[in-house]
Amino acid sequence: MFDQLKKTEVYKSIFRHSYQDTQRNRALQIVDNVFLHLHPVRVPRHATNLSYTWGMGGITFLLFLILTITGVILMFYYRPTAQYAYEDMKYLMNDVPFGPLIRNMHRWAAHAMVLTVMLHMFRVFLTGSYKPPRQFNWVVGVLLLVLTLLLSFSGYLLPWDQLSIWAVTVGTNMARATPLLGHEGPLGPELGMRIDNDVRFVLLGGTEVGPPTLLRFYVGHCIFLPLIAVIFMAVHFWRVRKDGGISGPEAAKKI
Amino acid sequence: MGQFLEILSKPDNIPIVLLLLSVIYFTWLYWVKAKRNDMATVPVEATQDDKVQVWPYLVRIEFLMTIAIMAVMVVWSIALDAPLEEPANRALTPNPSKAPWYFLGLQELLVYFDPWIAGVVLPTLIIVGLMAIPYVDINEKGNGYYTYKERKFAVLTFGFGFLIMWVALIVLGTFLRGPGWNFFWPGEVWDPHYVAVLTNVDLSEYFGITTRMPDNSLNPLAFIFGAVCVGGFYSLGVLYWIKNRNTDLMQKLGLVRYSVVSFLFLSMVGVVIKVILRLLPTAFGLNPVKYVWVTPWFNV
Repeated sequence: MFDQLKKTEVYKSIFRHSYQDTQRNRALQIVDNVFLHLHPVRVPRHATNLSYTWGMGGITFLLFLILTITGVILMFYYRPTAQYAYEDMKYLMNDVPFGPLIRNMHRWAAHAMVLTVMLHMFRVFLTGSYKPPRQFNWVVGVLLLVLTLLLSFSGYLLPWDQLSIWAVTVGTNMARATPLLGHEGPLGPELGMRIDNDVRFVLLGGTEVGPPTLLRFYVGHCIFLPLIAVIFMAVHFWRVRKDGGISGPEAAKKI
Repeated sequence: MGQFLEILSKPDNIPIVLLLLSVIYFTWLYWVKAKRNDMATVPVEATQDDKVQVWPYLVRIEFLMTIAIMAVMVVWSIALDAPLEEPANRALTPNPSKAPWYFLGLQELLVYFDPWIAGVVLPTLIIVGLMAIPYVDINEKGNGYYTYKERKFAVLTFGFGFLIMWVALIVLGTFLRGPGWNFFWPGEVWDPHYVAVLTNVDLSEYFGITTRMPDNSLNPLAFIFGAVCVGGFYSLGVLYWIKNRNTDLMQKLGLVRYSVVSFLFLSMVGVVIKVILRLLPTAFGLNPVKYVWVTPWFNV
């Protein structure tokens, strides 16, 4: 019966090769799969050694996927206005089926992602993997770190509770003091910066953290920043391949 | 002590505990691997450069890790609820007001620096400095394997910046900074009415130069003193260059790369010095230093 199924046109159109354990099939398994073909067919053995790679880059990507899925679900239940945001959080935590699970997972995965990004960077530094030819990919990685922090920070405001509004107030108060562009920063007032036209005003959409800030952070958190992050992630992964796969001692010899 | 454990076990502080433990573990792991490589003639990684098939040898690891992480996330999310406090209220400021945990190192530096340095200049320098690393580190060794011996300066500088200036300050800011951002030892009760009595003075006043004239205008002498301190500190980099410019390393590095390295390095050291100037005098019953350099536009 299963053999019959394997002979049908539908089956063959989906699975291009048999599953016999041959070198060729193992290679095809990677090359013929849109998700797996990010990988090379073969890697040096130390690349499969977790104590070399720490696995933090991969875990970061997994957490990003978890965050995307849970985030989309949260968006069904959340309205980014000062009037409804907090009520929607209460609704989510008390009445929505699996609401707490989804929200908790979104928050813990976000914290975990900041952590794994740092550890990934630590490992890449300690193995000297930013050295030629991978210099630019390190720069892309730093940008991804910044984007991760911005994503986490913008999400912090959305529950619209005391914790979020004051954490964001503390954070964005720094922008007051931006040299040249902040109304309390060095040379800011000299350049005509006031509380209602400086860089912090642009960030918050007002002179204090209020309803316009909530909308700004929401759009940034759900659309703008993830979009940018995905683009840089694509570059990051592609460059890993183009720069010779995972770093290793022999890569240095070839240059 | 009860209150410290309470703060330690707050659901939102779990990541900081994880951060501390994982950073200690991975630093230890690095050290073991680097030591082993440094003693061997060939790094261990170089002996493992035969190729293996990604399917199954790499894909199975990814698969198992995915399952493990998903399991951890599900258990974590069932066990602990994400915090949801009272509705946002602009009229009610909590004490202490803390930024998200990953910015607490920078918030800690607000104690020692004005916001334009701690909140804007230093983060910018951190980001730019990180991006500059691959272009200023011309050491060809240590590419793709763990080593300490072959890149001591790089590892020590980055290790100090990451472990002390970033991780340790986050831990400090989370667990030991209470109301009014005052310091409390573990076990001390976070007393919201505690007032630290400190009379901060400017560095020039240690040398008998008052910052302000009787009419409250800036003392030009104090301005010059501060400029000499800050300028003199950064010119250490110039002196080092003049002394060592003919060495092979400096010739290979070149003036541009050297300037970037010395500026970033001295900036990091400068932050530490300012912290010491603030903290150390109190141990000897002296007044902590507020500013090193006061100008009409900004203070350092």
